[in-house]
Amino acid sequence: MTDNTNKSYDVIIVGGGHNGLVCAAYLAKAGKKVVVLEAENQVGGAAITGELSYGKKVSSCAQFLNQLNGKVSKDLNLTKHGLKLSASNISTIALDADGDHMRLTKNSVKGGGINETDAENYKEFMSLMHEYAATLGFLIDLPPMDIFNLDWDDKVSAMKLGWKLRFGLGAEKMSELLRMIGMNIRDVLDDEFDNEHLKGALSFDAVLGTHTGPYSPGNFLNFLYRIAAGKAGAVDIPEGGMGAVTEAMSNAAIANGAEVRTGARVKSIDVDNCAVTGVTLEDGEVLSAEIVASNANMKTTVYDMVGTRHFEADFVKRIGDIRMRGAAAKLHIALRDLPDFKGLAKDDLKNRLVIAPSQDQVERAFNHVKYGEVSTSPMMEISIPSVVDSSLTEKGHVLSATVQYAPYELKGGWTDQAKADFLETCINRIAEFAPDIREHIEHAELITPKDLEDRFGLVGGNWHHGELTLDQMLMLRPVPEASRYALPLDGMYICGAGAHPGGGVMGAAGRNAAQAILKGEEK
Amino acid sequence: MKKYDVIVVGAGHNGLTNAAFLAKAGLDVLVVEKNDYIGGATVSRNLHEDWKYSNCSYLASLFRPEIYRHLNLAKHGLQVVTYNGGFTLTDSGDYLGSFSDHEVMRREIRRHSPVDVDAYDRYYHQMAKWCRFIRPMLLRTPPDPTSFKFRDLDELRYLGKKFFDLGQKDLHDFMKFFTVSVGDFLDEFFESDLIKAHKAGSAVVGTNLGPRSPGTAYVLLHHYMGDVDGAVGAWGFPRGGMGAVSGALAGAVQEHGGEIRTNAGADQIMVKNGKVTGVRLENGEEILADRVVSNLDAKKTFLGLMDPKDAGEKVVKAAKRYKSRGSSGKLNIALNGVPEFTALPKGSELIKGDFHIVDNMEAYERGYDEWKDGMWSTNPYVDLLIPTLTDPTMAPPGKHYMTCFVQYCPARVKGEDWNDDLLKQFGDNVINSIAKYSPNFKDLIEHVEVRSGQVIDNEIGLTEGNIFQGELSLNQLMFNRPFHGCAQYRGPVGGLYLSGSTTHPGGGVMGAPGANSAREILMDMNISTTVPEDEGDD
Repeated sequence: MTDNTNKSYDVIIVGGGHNGLVCAAYLAKAGKKVVVLEAENQVGGAAITGELSYGKKVSSCAQFLNQLNGKVSKDLNLTKHGLKLSASNISTIALDADGDHMRLTKNSVKGGGINETDAENYKEFMSLMHEYAATLGFLIDLPPMDIFNLDWDDKVSAMKLGWKLRFGLGAEKMSELLRMIGMNIRDVLDDEFDNEHLKGALSFDAVLGTHTGPYSPGNFLNFLYRIAAGKAGAVDIPEGGMGAVTEAMSNAAIANGAEVRTGARVKSIDVDNCAVTGVTLEDGEVLSAEIVASNANMKTTVYDMVGTRHFEADFVKRIGDIRMRGAAAKLHIALRDLPDFKGLAKDDLKNRLVIAPSQDQVERAFNHVKYGEVSTSPMMEISIPSVVDSSLTEKGHVLSATVQYAPYELKGGWTDQAKADFLETCINRIAEFAPDIREHIEHAELITPKDLEDRFGLVGGNWHHGELTLDQMLMLRPVPEASRYALPLDGMYICGAGAHPGGGVMGAAGRNAAQAILKGEEK
Repeated sequence: MKKYDVIVVGAGHNGLTNAAFLAKAGLDVLVVEKNDYIGGATVSRNLHEDWKYSNCSYLASLFRPEIYRHLNLAKHGLQVVTYNGGFTLTDSGDYLGSFSDHEVMRREIRRHSPVDVDAYDRYYHQMAKWCRFIRPMLLRTPPDPTSFKFRDLDELRYLGKKFFDLGQKDLHDFMKFFTVSVGDFLDEFFESDLIKAHKAGSAVVGTNLGPRSPGTAYVLLHHYMGDVDGAVGAWGFPRGGMGAVSGALAGAVQEHGGEIRTNAGADQIMVKNGKVTGVRLENGEEILADRVVSNLDAKKTFLGLMDPKDAGEKVVKAAKRYKSRGSSGKLNIALNGVPEFTALPKGSELIKGDFHIVDNMEAYERGYDEWKDGMWSTNPYVDLLIPTLTDPTMAPPGKHYMTCFVQYCPARVKGEDWNDDLLKQFGDNVINSIAKYSPNFKDLIEHVEVRSGQVIDNEIGLTEGNIFQGELSLNQLMFNRPFHGCAQYRGPVGGLYLSGSTTHPGGGVMGAPGANSAREILMDMNISTTVPEDEGDD
């Protein structure tokens, strides 16, 4: 046991996920004495690289870097702190069982029987989407406006938003954006394109990480979100897996003077006289600080760490009502050798491979999850990072895939048998496109939404710590009383994906929270 | 040749409301109707012996009291009779009753789920709050958010203030209510699946969404915000069937000198130099007018009645993208007596209300999944009513009329057109579903009229039979209804207007779109308006 004398900090950060590390780095940079407390033995939260088998490593949860906040990356100089990309700006290949694949980039689509009209429309459509994303994107880097109590900054951003909408876009496009913002992706795509495969692949981008199918209203916004965050939709692969990203963030925090402790599980956030006083670790150690920022899930923070008695009943009920249903599982396969994907060369395999042959198939896959069942024919986003990154494995390859849909609460429970069955379903699904994959499998594992909760603290298995829907966004995220990162308890902040602007490895929530903390200090 | 001030195309209830207000303002108005009867989807049809079927819409509640008063519809014979009761039958042989007495309702809920009693109070208060919030917006023209005109900016300010006045917590609740699924919404209140199923039905009625689809909670409101004689949320039967509504409106049109011609289907809205000149009928006759009001939906108006060159590329594209998918069907049944439902206590008055047979949320959702695949629901949600228990004038003495609204039913079956055989299969499935709960039901049936969305489309022109003249989804509400540029009741050429439910505030037998449209027309003509705005009935 460590020495039990009181250690004192300016700010304690609970949880060493990417947002916690980013928040710490910014605070330390501003001269604060900061400690990050991570329960596991490695930092990174859900953005880590884990051991798979036989010395093979793979990104355990998040697998692509497509939303990393530009400001975070620059301010913290992540490249200097070790972040390297093994592939950048990769394409998406929408897999076809007969080998007639479709290749999508930011502004072009080729192959897969795409006709000229669709190819032309795609260019136009994506350029419009990027225009919309650029119009709204600046909101990501700002704390949500408090419309009932607008401060000077809020007024500036409100005017900026109005200006961008009305004059940046113009009346025509502005009204079109207002029409589309609440739509489902299916209707949007049906209005634009004929090719079912193209629509399938694009609709998958909208439903990825959500609890929706193409027909569910509101997920057009999720589609837009993917483009608005990060580098305009560009997808990169970090060398060494996602763990390398959080390692760089951790290095940046330490370099700026923050302390990062692993294996330090917080038991409670302590409160005295309506203000936080610090935290108590599971081993009994007490650390004190007047400010505690939680990178943990909102429900965990309020219910388990602080305790509901320190908040008003209405606030507690609102926290309890936050919807955070995960519907995605993660699949990892250690491969002896690369499987033969019909019609793809080895170099193609560095790209993002998507199995989403049509919107109908995505919708039918979604139907199951509504009833607590797994998809019989699941959709996937596949990455084989070892093609471009030899640090992950000495021999052979690793395949990692996000699989939709799998429910958090499976009817009958996630028993070993149920897991094994779904793993089998997933491998069969890949085999439709790479028939020889079974011969190369060394080891395979499935991480269910329930496992995501158990291993990474993602309550409900939702990787955004709260579904990104209109009523859980901006000033309503996670709940209005906490939308500016400060909870209604003196010194208590949140800095994770549960706050604006949500999940994905962005780091924006951590950055915004750090600024809110520093701003709060000034007052 | 005679030239009218205004021709209204389509004698549905909104077209008639529109015409009545225009005639009342002194204009020379003609309403043309393709069918040999007026009313559109607001009719009492005599299709079997002495029975009268409200064979499309079947209840009145949303109809704006301001319109009722200003057009003096009571004088023209419209009388709405409130009903009480209603129930949902369970698979286990029990039922959940609806009682207008709040205390009795609480006891009934306690019988099924004690923890939900308090939730019911919270639910009730929240719904009442949203009703009060939304009702004043119904008889107003939505602002154009891209415009800098004083009127639009002022209306935006009005809306902004309304939202602002909600305060932080209510705004959060409202945003949630406005965008979440009815399933998620009810989950925040109730634990009992039966209670949720009992409430959820009206949130999916007429939509192409399931109870787990975001955006359905709002539709719930669309069925709550009405009133009968000031009782908000109450529903009633117009005496003599829904035709009484259109009949009274037609009376008001004629009282003020307006003309109504049936068997006069419009073929084209004539346009010259960017201005309407009149309407050409299907028989080739041309009728001249300075203004034409289309009471048809946006698709039928811009794609059916107009030369694409007149409508313009932008409007044609928007009309094509306008969503009006059909998702419901209807059975109208002539009965020789009142069916007995084994679960109900003997002689229960509950049967005078609306009753339902799906007792769990999953069944609804699965019914929706079948519709997505182009089929009707095998275990459908049905909204059943026997109007003759309240209004005996709709059937011969001792006999009864049952209206049966069915959700879901595709506009086309797996991409195929409907035919008699499919209609029979669909109808039989519904009847068998009901018969499971009522042993003597089938024996009492004397005649059945089965209507799919396609049948309704062909007969009265609602695209795909969508009961709202276009889906009530977020992208088609307020200033987006039917789409930007036509949301203030004006079409793309001079003198062209819209008056149907395809405009704000949307469907239901409300009359509000027709009234709002008339107000805009009179405003354009600089006639001091006689069309009421909200009169603060709350």
